[in-house]
Amino acid sequence: MVITNEHIWALLEQVPDPEVPVLSVVDLGVVRDVAVTGPDAVTITITPTYSGCPAMDMISMNIRMALLEAGIKDIRIESRLSPAWTTDWMSDEGKRKLKEYGIAPPVNPSGPDGLFQSREQVPCPHCNSTHTELISQFGSTSCKALYRCLDCKEPFDYFKCHR
Amino acid sequence: MNITLPSKNRTAMCDYVLQMADSNLILAQRLCEWCGHGPILEQDIALSNIGLDLLGATRSLYQYAAQLQNENKTEDDLAFLRGERDFRNFLICELPKGDFGFTVVRQFLFEAYQLLLLEALQQSSDTHLAAIAEKSHKEALYHYKWSAEWVIRLGDGTEESKRRVQESIDDIWTYTGEFFIATEWEQELIAAGAIPDFRTFANAWKEKVAEVFNEATLTMPPADVFMQKGGKNGVHTEHLGFLLAEMQYMQRQFPGEEW
Repeated sequence: MVITNEHIWALLEQVPDPEVPVLSVVDLGVVRDVAVTGPDAVTITITPTYSGCPAMDMISMNIRMALLEAGIKDIRIESRLSPAWTTDWMSDEGKRKLKEYGIAPPVNPSGPDGLFQSREQVPCPHCNSTHTELISQFGSTSCKALYRCLDCKEPFDYFKCHR
Repeated sequence: MNITLPSKNRTAMCDYVLQMADSNLILAQRLCEWCGHGPILEQDIALSNIGLDLLGATRSLYQYAAQLQNENKTEDDLAFLRGERDFRNFLICELPKGDFGFTVVRQFLFEAYQLLLLEALQQSSDTHLAAIAEKSHKEALYHYKWSAEWVIRLGDGTEESKRRVQESIDDIWTYTGEFFIATEWEQELIAAGAIPDFRTFANAWKEKVAEVFNEATLTMPPADVFMQKGGKNGVHTEHLGFLLAEMQYMQRQFPGEEW
């Protein structure tokens, strides 16, 4: 079997993020590099979203399992810290899938950054109202904040803009 | 991870990385003691989240320290099998969690320092340490914001919240001097340009802290207050032994046990 970069990327697009399963590890921007190093050998470089993200070990294992299932035997998975992960690396497709799932995707900051200020105007993923407020900068996982919609009254998760 | 290890000052760098890791780990342990005990659910979650970020940085740092040591040790050995005198964390990190106000004040004073340190460390000639700093700095921005906002809410809150936070500041202040004194190995690294001269951060740190205290209507202790030291050299308060006994129990009782 001749493996190509495209083939590997296509396989990785099928590997879900364990915490937000609607996103693949590619949508999330966690996969930084794919290198075919031999007839049956690949090196995948991944980067953690947040330093303490407990999903990283599982992501690494899931990637390995997916490639093994596709018949690739020699798999190296390396971790890279710099440049540090940013939500700018999340794909548009990923953002669309997040919103459909009920999580507000990262929004580019528009306001000033200061204490008691929210830099982002986050639309509600349910009713699209921008009349929303931050409950807590820290949510169910490191990458999410808690918001509430002041129009439809639903609380929701926001995937923080991390730059 | 492919890391190019520094050719010079390797022992000193190992000591420094351990010290950063220890401070992060011990503070993470203190923060996670709040799990299930936070004043409200969202803040309970926030405290554990911050602890988790610190724990993540700890892992990167211990992994690096283990490589620098080159003694076949793992990150787990460094966290769970070292004794109290081997730990080099800042004393401020090991103080018992106290009430919510105490935890908030300690976090704020620590993060105000971390922001300055992690920003400057990104310029380190040690590229791996610089990469860890780059990652942690982004997270420290959230921690700083969270803790500064709570210092203001509590300081400028009720009579009781103000009294408690002011008392916490007066109690903790004596442990902040350690941020700005350099051990022998740190002096070696500063001279080699491998780490920033953090002794020069004292003024910037004080300004940052004063700004928030001002907003919070809190009083900064006088400049000539006695400062504790010793953590970086392994001389700790009585609290660290108890913390380690709890944190290390499983690995000591069941060596090599994994989840």
